Formats: sequence, C-alpha cells, structure tokens
Amino acid sequence: MIRAHFEECIGKLEKELMDMGDLVVQAIRLSMKALQTLDTGEAEKIITEDKQINHMRRDMEHKCINLIATQQPVATDLREIISLLDIVSNLERMGDHAKGIAQIVKMNGPQPLLTPLAEIPQMADKTVDMIRKSLDAFINRDADSATRIFNEDNTIDGLKERVYRELFRHMVENPKATTQATYLIWATHNLERIADRVTNICEQILFLVNG
Amino acid sequence: MSSSIQTKNFNLYYGTFRALIDVNLDIPGQRITAMIGPSGCGKSTLLRSFNRMNDLIEGVHVNGQVLVRGEDIFREDTDLISLRKKVGMVFQRPNPFPLSVYNNITFGLEVHRLRKRREFSRIVEESLRDVMLWDTLKDRLDRTALSLSLEQQQRLCIARVLAMKPEIILMDEPCSSLDPIATLKIEELMQTLKAHYTIVIVTHNMQQAARASDLTGFMYLGKLIEFNETPVLFTRPADKMTENYISGKFG
Ligand SMILES: Nc1ncnc2c1ncn2[C@@H]1O[C@H](COP(=O)(O)OP(=O)(O)O)[C@@H](O)[C@H]1O
Ligand SMILES: [Mg+2]
Repeated sequence: MIRAHFEECIGKLEKELMDMGDLVVQAIRLSMKALQTLDTGEAEKIITEDKQINHMRRDMEHKCINLIATQQPVATDLREIISLLDIVSNLERMGDHAKGIAQIVKMNGPQPLLTPLAEIPQMADKTVDMIRKSLDAFINRDADSATRIFNEDNTIDGLKERVYRELFRHMVENPKATTQATYLIWATHNLERIADRVTNICEQILFLVNG
Repeated sequence: MSSSIQTKNFNLYYGTFRALIDVNLDIPGQRITAMIGPSGCGKSTLLRSFNRMNDLIEGVHVNGQVLVRGEDIFREDTDLISLRKKVGMVFQRPNPFPLSVYNNITFGLEVHRLRKRREFSRIVEESLRDVMLWDTLKDRLDRTALSLSLEQQQRLCIARVLAMKPEIILMDEPCSSLDPIATLKIEELMQTLKAHYTIVIVTHNMQQAARASDLTGFMYLGKLIEFNETPVLFTRPADKMTENYISGKFG
C-alpha cells in the first residue's frame, strides 16, 4: 500500500532517529567520564565511534531523499521528512561536539584537572536530558514541550557563564594554569553548542507542528 | 530474484519504421516495473510485445528475443491463447464488456473453456475480492458493468484479468482516465497484487512511476536508455538524458 508503505518508512526512520539519539547521548556521557577520569584510551574510542554516528546520518539522509523523490510527500508528510533531515544533522553535529571533548581529554593528557568540575558534568547531564526530551517531543509532535525545552537552554547558558567566570579567575590568579583552563573552556563550549543544537531541534518541532 | 520477462536485442518494426531498437531488459517477478518516457517512445509497443498483442497489427515484424519465464514467445509453436492467459493486459480506458459484473469475469473463462461452470461463482468472488470490489458489488453482480464508476470499472477489468490466473499483468496507463484519488487506490491495489504477480506498468506520469514501482525503465525514441531500481533512477540517474526527462527539461 502506498500510504501504508510511506508511514512504515517514516516509522522506521523515527526509530532510527531514536537509536541515533541514544548513540549521541552515550558519546556525550562517555566524553564526560573520560574528562573526569582523564582516560585517553576511552577518549580515543569515542573519536572512533563517532564514525558510526556520521554513518547513520548519511544513511538516514539517503532514505529521506529516496522518500522525497519517490513518494512526493506534501504538507505534514513533507515537513516531517524535512524535520527528520534537520534533526539528524543536528544530532550528528552533537556527536562532533562529544568528539571535541574527547580530543580535549587527549590534549590534556595525564595532568590533573584544574578545579573540581562540578558544573561541567552538571551541564552535561542537563544537556543530555534536553536531548532526550526533545526527541520525545518530536515523536509526540509536542509543541508545548518543545517550547519548554527551548527555554531550558537559558539554564545551560547560566551554568556556562559560571564555569567561564571560575576558569577566568583561575587564569588570572595562576597564569601557568592558562592552558588547562583553556581546555576546560573548550569543553564547556562544546556542551553549550550541543544545547544550542537542542534548541534547533525544538524550533524544527514547532515548524513541524505549526507549519 | 528470478526474471519473469527478458528481452534480448529485441527490435520491432511497423513496416519499415523501427519502433523498438535493441531493447535488452530483465524484469523480475513479484515486483512492479514501470516504463516511462515521452509519448511515442515505444512504451506501449514494448508492453504489447510481452504477450504478442502487436501481432494483431498489420506490417509488424520483430527480431531478437522476448523470453517469458525463460521461454521464447516468438517461436513458431507458441500457443498465443495460453500466452495471453499467462500474460494479461489492462488498458488505458476501462473497457468492461456491456455485460453484467458477473459475466464480465466469467466471459474469458467461458470463451477459453478454462474452468468448469460450477467453479465460476467461486472465481468471481475471488477475483472481486482481490480487487476489493466484492463487498461493494456482491449483492449487485447482475448489474451492468457500465453502471460502475470509472475506478470500479478499472478494478473490474483487473479482476477480469486475475480470473484467468495470469503470472504477469501488463498495464498500459491504467490510471490515465481516473482522478487522483482513484489513481492512488489503483496504485495501492497494485501493491497488494505484486506479491503474487509480475506487474509491468506503462505510465506517462513520472510521479506515479516513482511512487508505485520498484524498478523503472526510461525509454526514448525506441531505445531503453536506463533501467534501474526506482529510488536510484529518481535520485541518481546514470544517464544525462534520464535526468533531463525526469526533471522535466524535455518530453
Ligand atoms: N499501429 C502502428 N502503426 C505504425 N506505427 C505505430 C503504430 N503504433 C505505434 N506506432 C509508432 O511507434 C512509435 C511508438 O509508439 P507507442 O509504442 O504507442 O509509444 P508510447 O506508448 O511510448 O507513446 C510511435 O512513433 C508511434 O507512432
Ligand atoms: Mg502508449
């Protein structure tokens, strides 16, 4: 059945999107763990496994393009596929940011970290939570939830400000710590960018639901 | 995947006009294959070659081969009746006989003495069920087929073909006289039928080919330019001419 076939394809793509979300969340979690334990071996693994996320993106894009070319979707169906494409690319870039954190772990090497990292893992937890909720909101076409998650980005920005201030203070007080402080600023920046990409997903959900 | 229809360097002439030029094609079973191309490129001629309907046209001659399930159908000893039973055809305009719904389906069976009369009502029911007309028409089987809607008439014509227990169903622009909704319904019907049949559809409607088929062949001036999986042909055509045609740059 044409219609049934289309819906089946979309259903499979949504399932794959959730799987891809799991991989991205896992990459972010592992990158945090690697940062906290300064585990360069783990960091290396995250960098390698990012290829899997890239591959999923290509594969899903390919399927979306085939659907557009063969099923000529219109209206909600068309917005759905455009949204899938957009969300997939945002997820893939989140994976790149997790990889970025892993690379920082490698650069830092075995030197102990500057401060206790309390707020950085807290940012990571919050970000992961936002990713999960945004994907659920997509699947449920939940515009209200998307708007709420969008606003949660302010919390991330607040946390980021605090971490930055703390790290700048370190640099001023102890110029020898500049390199290491910079690493942590980069790590924080990566998390902040991930949360920004969650807001892109939220905007996409509003586009999908409201047109 | 077993091939259902194969052509090998197949050429067809109307008198001196070469309408099909060295066509090499391998159509698999249990799939929907669409042939597209601008008007006059030879789609219908090719389709009619698969059950030798062109034989009915004065001055036609062919060379090369058409194999149906491995058998060369242009051999001298081909039994045309059984060939056309095996390879049924649905036409552009629904063409039910001016008979009752019931007799439209039994007509071919009777002419070809294919079944015992007592089997007829079972076959009528099966065929109408397969095209999803049974529930609507079961109490009105004696109604004239001409009173049905165009979409129902086309379904009936498909049921008439199914009653002959074909292996291959050829459809020449089967939706061109139907509105978009009826068109989609016929396309859905094709999807349900493909599990049991080989379906080859000629269409001037590219979107239909893209939507409803598994494989697509693009023809131009009697030649098969490209034959590929439908999603591939519509996203990464191998031939520039295919690309131009499906993008609407000519045709
Ligand atoms: N009965 C016929 N006699 C002579 N020429 C024909 C006949 N039928 C088709 N042709 C020619 O053969 C070519 C292919 O026709 P056809 O198979 O009907 O193309 P299509 O189905 O792609 O529109 C056209 O040039 C057409 O004019
Ligand atoms: Mg034609």
